[in-house]
Amino acid sequence: MSDVQEAADRLLAAYRDRAPIPPLTPDFAGAGLDAAYRIQQAQVAAWVAAGDVVKGHKVGLAAQAIQRQMGVNQPDFGHLTASMFHLEHAPIPRGTFLQPRVEPEIAFILGRPLRGPGVTLAEAARAVDFVVGALEFVDSRIADWQIGIFDTVADNASSGGVVLGSRPRRLEELDLRTIGCNLTINGEVVATGAGGAVLGSPLNSLVWLANTVGPLGVRLEPGHVVLPGSMTRAFDVTPGSTIEARIAGFGTVTAVLQGEADE
Amino acid sequence: MNNSSWTPASVAETLVRAADTAQPRSSFAEEWPDFTEAEAYRAQDLALVIRRARGERVVGIKLGVTSRAKQRQVNVDTPNVAWLTDAMLLPAGEPVPAGELIHPRAEPEIAFRLGRTLRGPGVTAAEALAAVDRVFGAIEIIDSRFSGYAFTMTDVTADNASSGRFVTGPVHLPTDTLDLSLEAVLVGVDGEIVDSATGAAVYGHPAEALAFAANKLGERGHALEAGWIVLTGGMTDAVPMTPGRHVTAEFTHLGSVTVRA
Repeated sequence: MSDVQEAADRLLAAYRDRAPIPPLTPDFAGAGLDAAYRIQQAQVAAWVAAGDVVKGHKVGLAAQAIQRQMGVNQPDFGHLTASMFHLEHAPIPRGTFLQPRVEPEIAFILGRPLRGPGVTLAEAARAVDFVVGALEFVDSRIADWQIGIFDTVADNASSGGVVLGSRPRRLEELDLRTIGCNLTINGEVVATGAGGAVLGSPLNSLVWLANTVGPLGVRLEPGHVVLPGSMTRAFDVTPGSTIEARIAGFGTVTAVLQGEADE
Repeated sequence: MNNSSWTPASVAETLVRAADTAQPRSSFAEEWPDFTEAEAYRAQDLALVIRRARGERVVGIKLGVTSRAKQRQVNVDTPNVAWLTDAMLLPAGEPVPAGELIHPRAEPEIAFRLGRTLRGPGVTAAEALAAVDRVFGAIEIIDSRFSGYAFTMTDVTADNASSGRFVTGPVHLPTDTLDLSLEAVLVGVDGEIVDSATGAAVYGHPAEALAFAANKLGERGHALEAGWIVLTGGMTDAVPMTPGRHVTAEFTHLGSVTVRA
């Protein structure tokens, strides 16, 4: 069995060298997810030591189909840091991601801290300041996305980047479950879905996150962004692509990946 | 040139009998390799003649193969159109009559009731939407007369686009305040959300599907009549209606529809 810090260093090297690494799972046979989260937290500590700042969290594996595929019965979470946030319509530089995929989401911005365990849906809803549409770029430092649950948890829940939409809405105006979403890549609608695809309701995902991170010493703070999970399956994206999520009540969120001609 | 012993009339009789006895058969592809789309629609129309002769009444039409994913599966790039009769109406709350069906599956759909007659060819999506009186949610119970849903596009067109039963939803709205391309549905199976989609999954927009249907039927000299119901096509993959299962389609603005097996 391998060492936590050594695994974290391998993943940090994958970012630095822009070169995916083989799966960690064979070296951690029999290890629990707590070891995978310790590998994740060791990388976050390295980023923070280098000046990056934790700005929120993402929940992954929120769809049942993906949980079954991974052989798990719950989601996972990763950290979002300041350097992962990109602006709408501003081309995201080449080399930012290794093997990106995109997912449309409804993001929560917290107005109050949430400290699990024991957080109820009522408390979670009360902690939400506002809601915006978002595009999440998931990415993997593991070669060819050959990930098991241990790999993706260790690899910051396959986080990559996030583009937040520019139309904040109040939670009480919305039925998050039946909000429709159309995901378009380069002008073609590739998938459609609704908020309820996320654990039955995106709020369920926030409750799960608050209660899961609390015992690990991870804090959900005012101003933090929570990405609760994707409304559709994830789609591979390539340089030069324009990705749009049209989300009912939230307008359109647009992300642009810099192409070769833009360099 | 038809080198097969099959004709549109014998296909129609065979498929109506398969439906009546709930006994599936295999694709016609091997026995009738050059079965054309025109012959498939002819078989569909002759099956309707049989149904009318025993008292069934046309209440509308349905579209099939409206999603790109399904179109790729059967290697086509357009939907097909088929007949709905009063015998296919399942009253809200009634169980799916499992014994009368072969292997029923449930699909959430956006449905229209026409306020005006639509006559193709040349109908645009804008004209089609203007002819709609009300929009509502629906669940269609599809049922193929081909074993394992293994069929070609001509097979399924001849088979009345796998029509089975349909249930209409409780909320009927005018179309002018709804963006149907973002009208969403959540599909629940025994209380668990298994899928979701929007109206954009239906040939881009349900009104595009309606225009396609008006134009396709126009080729055969049929108009879509005022008062008809139009099932515009499945929004998600179909859910098998295994015994005891209940399936709910919950729409953004169009209420909820539940069927149980």
